[in-house]
Amino acid sequence: MTAHRQRPTLKAARLTPRDILHTGSAGMRSRPLRVVLSALGIAIGIATMISVVGISASSKEKVLQELDKLGTNMLKITPGDDLLTGKKIPMAEDAVGRVARIDGVEHVGGTGLLEHSVRRSEKISEDITGGITVQAATEGLLTTLRGQLRTGTWLNKATGTYPAVVLGDVAADRLGISRPGQRVYIDGQYFTVLGILDDLPLSPEIARSALVGWGIGKSMLGFDGHPTTLYERSADAEVGKVHSLVARTVDPQTPRNVNVTDPSAGLQAKAATEGAFSNLLLGLGGVALLVGGVGVANTMIISVLERRYEIGLRRSIGATRGQIRGQFVTESLLLSGLGGVAGIVLGAAATGVYATSSGLPWVVPLWAVGGGFGATLVIGTVAGLYPAVRASRLSPTLALHAA
Amino acid sequence: MSGASPHPRVADSGPVAPAPVPDRAPAPVVELAGVTKEYPGGVAALRGVDLTIKAGELLAIVGPSGSGKSTLLHIVGTLDRPTAGSVAIAGHDVGRLSDRKLSALRAQHIGFVFQAFHLVPGISARDNVAEGLLYSGLSRAERHRRAARALERVGLGDRLKHRPHELSGGQKQRVAIARAVVGEPDLLLADEPTGALDTSSGKAVMQLIHDLNQEGATIAVITHDTEIAKMLPRQVRIRDGQVVQDSAAQGHVRTRIRGDAP
Repeated sequence: MTAHRQRPTLKAARLTPRDILHTGSAGMRSRPLRVVLSALGIAIGIATMISVVGISASSKEKVLQELDKLGTNMLKITPGDDLLTGKKIPMAEDAVGRVARIDGVEHVGGTGLLEHSVRRSEKISEDITGGITVQAATEGLLTTLRGQLRTGTWLNKATGTYPAVVLGDVAADRLGISRPGQRVYIDGQYFTVLGILDDLPLSPEIARSALVGWGIGKSMLGFDGHPTTLYERSADAEVGKVHSLVARTVDPQTPRNVNVTDPSAGLQAKAATEGAFSNLLLGLGGVALLVGGVGVANTMIISVLERRYEIGLRRSIGATRGQIRGQFVTESLLLSGLGGVAGIVLGAAATGVYATSSGLPWVVPLWAVGGGFGATLVIGTVAGLYPAVRASRLSPTLALHAA
Repeated sequence: MSGASPHPRVADSGPVAPAPVPDRAPAPVVELAGVTKEYPGGVAALRGVDLTIKAGELLAIVGPSGSGKSTLLHIVGTLDRPTAGSVAIAGHDVGRLSDRKLSALRAQHIGFVFQAFHLVPGISARDNVAEGLLYSGLSRAERHRRAARALERVGLGDRLKHRPHELSGGQKQRVAIARAVVGEPDLLLADEPTGALDTSSGKAVMQLIHDLNQEGATIAVITHDTEIAKMLPRQVRIRDGQVVQDSAAQGHVRTRIRGDAP
């Protein structure tokens, strides 16, 4: 009782973070249902945004995984059109060997188009091609394409000189061939099916082909030995360099007569479009988030009105205006933060359900989680600021009026 | 009575004016001088009130409703500022303090007891009392230790874990008193502390207030009930915003007010 005689300087004590959290959560603890309802708006908004971003990221991841498996380091080389005649200019006979000698090239394969059709038997008209082309293929083609055989074996030096054929998967389906050993009819001759290729997303033209050996093509099917398409694979780092050298290597005199394309470019473009989320849905999530923020602000204003006795009491036991303000901003932050966490969990779960049901990998980008949570904190601060300032300006004498 | 003088400190400490007050001298906890409070619209709730409360006093501020005693309580409790006049609480000139410093003054020097208790529902008696120390800067553990001690002091040592709805009205008010005294304030302001209680609980609460005063607390009880006021050593009667009778100052009050406030 004598402390005042020493006249200690008056200094408002600071609250510890734990005490701030404690006072900030007091209102929530006493009214759990209201907390759930007002956090729900925020949760729905965040869940929408997270799932929109998550689902597109999952789709993109799927395409990227596919790309990764197929590789982006393959180039496809085809003859260009002659400037004057518009005809294809055939590539040199030794083009495969030339490309193989470029620094950085790891695998080269070539195909040569043959003007024949492939049928189940001679009874079928030659005009019914079924959209299947017959091509001569080098042995290195399968490795270069990173292709797999669904069944049977690939051409080798021996089988390449005999009437044997490997069918692309589409070609096999169209011909009704399902196992090696069956025979198909090409240019007056039956060829034995050695194997059937698996799906080749980067080279659909091979999937629709019947492939015979380079040797048998020349000896029996009138192949002139000029490849019509080259496939080249190099180390990832060398792709650019190889790209610039290929045309000049294949045709040093008129390099512009050689087309060099990157078949993975299409897939990359697909990955980019899959990754672009639907702006409409994202906007919808944003609107939900905004409405959620308004809900939190509303709850806070009601909370301040209801608790003016508590505010008066706190002022009478020594709370400063700043501490009252802090209490209500904390409450608002907790409210929206809770909604944000619930929304992130909901959105991630929705993405998970969608991904599992459509066979996609489950990806929820970390930036979306962080951004979503950050957005709720911003909303919580903005929504809580006005009610908190109102609370701090309330007259402390209110507590003394009997409730 | 020297307590009515605007500068009792100087008067009490003899010729050496600026020297600190000797330890045992009863220094005033509250010094109001010429306090006037006008509300917007020209209503004057207080008109030139002088009031001095010394350490260790137990007094009643009594008056009918509308007399201005609530306004006086707000001003003594530093919850409101006067329109004119000076207020010093525990030696601090309230008029010169910022809101932040006033808050600290309330946290360190003043305890409030309300007619409606204003306990926080859903938390234990001890937590309610510890709330009274929330803005004191003490650690959480220390606040809980002191809260338990304060509850024992008001005779509720066996009710630490009880929540407000598990307590009777008298017990609730005792919890509220424990919350007010837990910080060992220089001044305890009790606003109609028995107003919401039945007779026997009210008596018990008044007995507790007497006991706390015996232990050294300075207590001002604001009431409209003359019966309660009579039980206290000093009565200050308020009517129409003026002190009409102060048992400590006897008959001097009226003349002094006229003299001081022309």
